[in-house]
Amino acid sequence: MITVGIADLNIAKAPERLVTYALGSCVGICLYDADRRIAGLAHIMLPWSKEAAAGGAKSGSSGVAAEYRFADTGITELIRLMCAAGARKHALTAKIAGGAKMFSFNSSVFNIGERNVEAVRRVLAAYEIPIIAEDTGKDYGRTIFFSAEDGSLEIRAASKPVLKI
Amino acid sequence: MSLESIEQLDDVMLDVLREIGNIGHGNAATALSQMLGKPVDMDVPDVRLLDLNETVEYLGGPENLILGILIELGGEVNGMLLYALEESFASEMIEAVLGKKPESITALDEMELSFVGEVGNILAGSYVNALSALTGLTANISVPTINADMAGAILSVPAVEFAARGSRVLFIDDRFRLGSAGIKSNMILIPELGSLERIFTQLGVGT
Repeated sequence: MITVGIADLNIAKAPERLVTYALGSCVGICLYDADRRIAGLAHIMLPWSKEAAAGGAKSGSSGVAAEYRFADTGITELIRLMCAAGARKHALTAKIAGGAKMFSFNSSVFNIGERNVEAVRRVLAAYEIPIIAEDTGKDYGRTIFFSAEDGSLEIRAASKPVLKI
Repeated sequence: MSLESIEQLDDVMLDVLREIGNIGHGNAATALSQMLGKPVDMDVPDVRLLDLNETVEYLGGPENLILGILIELGGEVNGMLLYALEESFASEMIEAVLGKKPESITALDEMELSFVGEVGNILAGSYVNALSALTGLTANISVPTINADMAGAILSVPAVEFAARGSRVLFIDDRFRLGSAGIKSNMILIPELGSLERIFTQLGVGT
């Protein structure tokens, strides 16, 4: 099993599985080339890299590239890595999970989950990658397991039954 | 002085934040102890800058169930305070006041939620009072919002504030201990950088 951290991404080939833990307002983007059986998973925290550029976004101390934090640059990098590993861009499909609203304040930062999901949709649409399944929004955290074997996505939450999409 | 990233904080600045935490949470421990009718001890807070993945590990791993109390700060000091209570700490606290442990902290009833919110008010109020007394800056606290979930998911909310600017959070480990058990609560302060600048300027640090 390959673990993808916060603001991180990685790829896997069958029969391996990718996992990312405890998505809250973050979104997990799972891309899959079913014929080549190559899977990719990105765990993004924020919608757009250009919005944060003024804040001086830098590389993280844990070696994770700053670009992986954002929906736009994260997805772009994930596609590039997958294609370098043999996947074909036109064959990719997407499953997405996360983007919850963990706390019920009104200020924009607390709607970040919704904004993340919206950004992910727009970026995927721009790459013409269809979203074939999703489990987003609501108010709870999710741990997701993405299989490169069959492209299935398993979603676990603290007090919910396991969901497979 | 102009702070562009939390990573520019030096040891003196961290000491200042540690001392504010020490005073504020000393008061909070006393108030909590009175409310619970049980001794509440507090260790000297440890202040550190952690990256996100480290913070999650510090709270027991991404899937560790915690009770998060989130409070917004407004006025001359803006930011957020997040209290991360371990399940056992939250349960014992609720039992001390309401007479019985909740079945699960993920399914608290109205009474229990209201009590947890009050605890958040006491903790944040004590911290902010100390901050105001030391700096002369005004800070108001919002009504607390509460959610029990995986530590990683709870943390994603304050983490977003940081992710846009740097990649570390200011983690104030202020271990409260309830009764004899070493169960703990942690506080994470997410100040807006401009507010941090104001705090240090008022105290004559780093100028």
